[in-house]
Amino acid sequence: MDTVTLARLQFGITTVYHFFFVPLTLGLPILVAIIETIYARTGNEVYRRMAKFWGKLLIINFAVGVVTGIVLEFQFGMNWSEYSRFMGDIFGVPLATEALSSFFLESTFLGVWIFGWNRLSRGLHAATMWLVALGSNLSGLWILIANSFMQQPVGYTIVDGRAQLIDFGALITNPNIISQYPHVLASGVVTASFFMMGISAYHLLKRSEDREAFWRSFRVGAVAAVIGCVLVIAVGHAQTQHIAQSQPMKLAALEALVNSEDPASFSLFSIVQQSEESISELVSIRIPAVLSFLTYNRFSGEVRGIKDIQSEYVARFGPDNYVPPVMLSYFTFRIMVGAGFLLALLALVALILVWREKVERVPFFLRVLMPAIGLPYVANTAGWLLTEMGRQPWIVYGLQKTKDAISPAVTPGMLMFSLLAFTIIYGGLMVADIYLLLHFAKRGTVEEEEQVEHTALAY
Amino acid sequence: MDLNTLWFILIGLLFAGFFFLEGFDYGVGMLLPFLGKDDRTRRVLINTIGPHWDGNEVWLITAGGALFAAFPHWYATMFSGFYMAFVLVLLSLILRGAAFEFRSKLGNPRWRGAWDWMLFFGSLLPSLLLPVALFNLLRGVPIDATMTYRGSLVTLLNLPALLWGVAAILGFLFHGAIFLSLKTGGEIASQARAMAEKLWPPTLAILLIGLISSIFTTDVTARWPVALFLVPLLAVGTLVVSGVFLRRGRSGLAFAAFGVTIVLVVSSLFLALYPRVMVSSLSPDWSLTIYTAASSAYTLRIMSYIALALVPVVLLYQAWSYWVFRQRLVRESPLEY
Repeated sequence: MDTVTLARLQFGITTVYHFFFVPLTLGLPILVAIIETIYARTGNEVYRRMAKFWGKLLIINFAVGVVTGIVLEFQFGMNWSEYSRFMGDIFGVPLATEALSSFFLESTFLGVWIFGWNRLSRGLHAATMWLVALGSNLSGLWILIANSFMQQPVGYTIVDGRAQLIDFGALITNPNIISQYPHVLASGVVTASFFMMGISAYHLLKRSEDREAFWRSFRVGAVAAVIGCVLVIAVGHAQTQHIAQSQPMKLAALEALVNSEDPASFSLFSIVQQSEESISELVSIRIPAVLSFLTYNRFSGEVRGIKDIQSEYVARFGPDNYVPPVMLSYFTFRIMVGAGFLLALLALVALILVWREKVERVPFFLRVLMPAIGLPYVANTAGWLLTEMGRQPWIVYGLQKTKDAISPAVTPGMLMFSLLAFTIIYGGLMVADIYLLLHFAKRGTVEEEEQVEHTALAY
Repeated sequence: MDLNTLWFILIGLLFAGFFFLEGFDYGVGMLLPFLGKDDRTRRVLINTIGPHWDGNEVWLITAGGALFAAFPHWYATMFSGFYMAFVLVLLSLILRGAAFEFRSKLGNPRWRGAWDWMLFFGSLLPSLLLPVALFNLLRGVPIDATMTYRGSLVTLLNLPALLWGVAAILGFLFHGAIFLSLKTGGEIASQARAMAEKLWPPTLAILLIGLISSIFTTDVTARWPVALFLVPLLAVGTLVVSGVFLRRGRSGLAFAAFGVTIVLVVSSLFLALYPRVMVSSLSPDWSLTIYTAASSAYTLRIMSYIALALVPVVLLYQAWSYWVFRQRLVRESPLEY
């Protein structure tokens, strides 16, 4: 394999793996902070147990999120030095700001939160979790501002073959971020709320000791899930409409629209054969005019197909293949949207059951909610694969191609070594992480901390 | 003073702050097998840095981010050039970070033992490799006209650079031992102090050797006015003072004095570099400087505003977090990890 393929594989693996832990880190601190605030205000001990229980799971998850994030901070320089040279003027700004505004915030206050239970007042301790939530979500904002530039460059000029920032205001109000950030934030809330509902469902089914804590957690989860799902879907729709304007090739690929149409039809099922030179439909079942409606809110209007955009790009940027992997874009989009609607349905049922106080009378539904913890992860991963693969062959849309961004000083052997090392260690961490999460999720709110210490003292 | 110089100083301060704070962190991690005789003691040792290690590590991540924003060519050449060294540092930091959160979650002694070793090696390798990498910026590495590094990992592992790696390991062990004597009580504290006293002479020796060898292996004598040699001389002086305080039982002052040593050593490096950021051993014209490696003036100005607004706040709440956990830990303390 050549360096570009290896470096892309490494970026894909490290980023997808990192983002496996991030959504929970975005959403769960908010839910824990809400729970602990209730405790701080009412003094009701059940909320304290809840905060400690969910907080412990949060910490286990957080640790892996943090350590895999460090790799990303340095990977641009290590594997993509030409990208870093071309984009440093712009990309470094949100990245450095992220470190200054959020990494310090979340790491410092998470440390205070973990160790501060007996040192701080109830209110102040709850406040530290709010600061963790603020930190992790600010971090999401800054890194998405950076990513948005790669999707839709704004506020820049090209000087001597390098992108230079000329408008910081434009950078942080990138039209792309306006829909992307709420979408990611809401998906974090969905991930966390299904995590909370699924684990609570386990304990309600098992009739665990602390029924009250899990019933209340389930309620928090159900409310958050409905709010999160509505936001994810509404914003996601707006985001796709935006992509139709900013990245027409990505839209054409994710809809498998080979030829331009007016009104454009929506694909129910398509198989597209794609090679370096040609592209053709093998199977295509389509509903007339629906894609136009989804894109423009009316049943007419041209949506441009892959072939037309390819010829336009050849005229604009020179000969090359500008078509991203079509089937991958098409199916990741459908997996993401399908999972999203399924989650919304589950969230709605959960809320209705909570409302009528019938949750425990439908054990079948509780059993469904346990594996449903995994659904947001499927949607999150599919969404990111679509976002990044659908941008190819560009690393910065319209400005720099991925193949021109690679480090010339790095050899395939070095990349192979780091790829293997990261993959093996990440695999091991994943196993340890899931084992610990299961261990503590099953144990419930019983605090065995002191017991562990006594046994520890014994040897 | 122009913004390029300001950002050069800021990045120097970030590295100095990082080595000051993470220095005792790494030291505690490396002292674990020597001072942590049983699990309870090891937990006490880890808990002294438990609330802080992550925030301390962010200093390095921020230095990386600031390099990217202010000097993208420095960031690109150094990280792609010193590739294997940084892969090893990253692997260490990953396992070390996971060890903090995972090791005490299960009671199994083999589980805990395995993570304790990751804490040890995860602290040792960055202590060795980061100073090696930084000293090579000054000593010079093969960088061609396109700012591309043309060496390998072996290029970095030269004797003068490795001396600084060993110096950092000894220095951080010393720093960590004084820190432990401050943050713990009872038997643990007295053992930590005895350890610090034992570490002081070799630390002083290696610092002297490192400084003298640096004079002969870099271009510092040709570039520095005599007065600047006061900076590394003061570094030696504060280390001597630190040892004196330690003998008199004044651990707090000893810790502060050695903290100054660390800051002065890092300052010496940056003073010797200025205005270059990476010296090319192939041609002086190909060295990266704070001007050729920098972002545009506009980006530097924006970053200056952002740093001006955020850095004081960060310093305030990090200091507050140390104040919250100012109590000494003993074997009988309740432990959160």
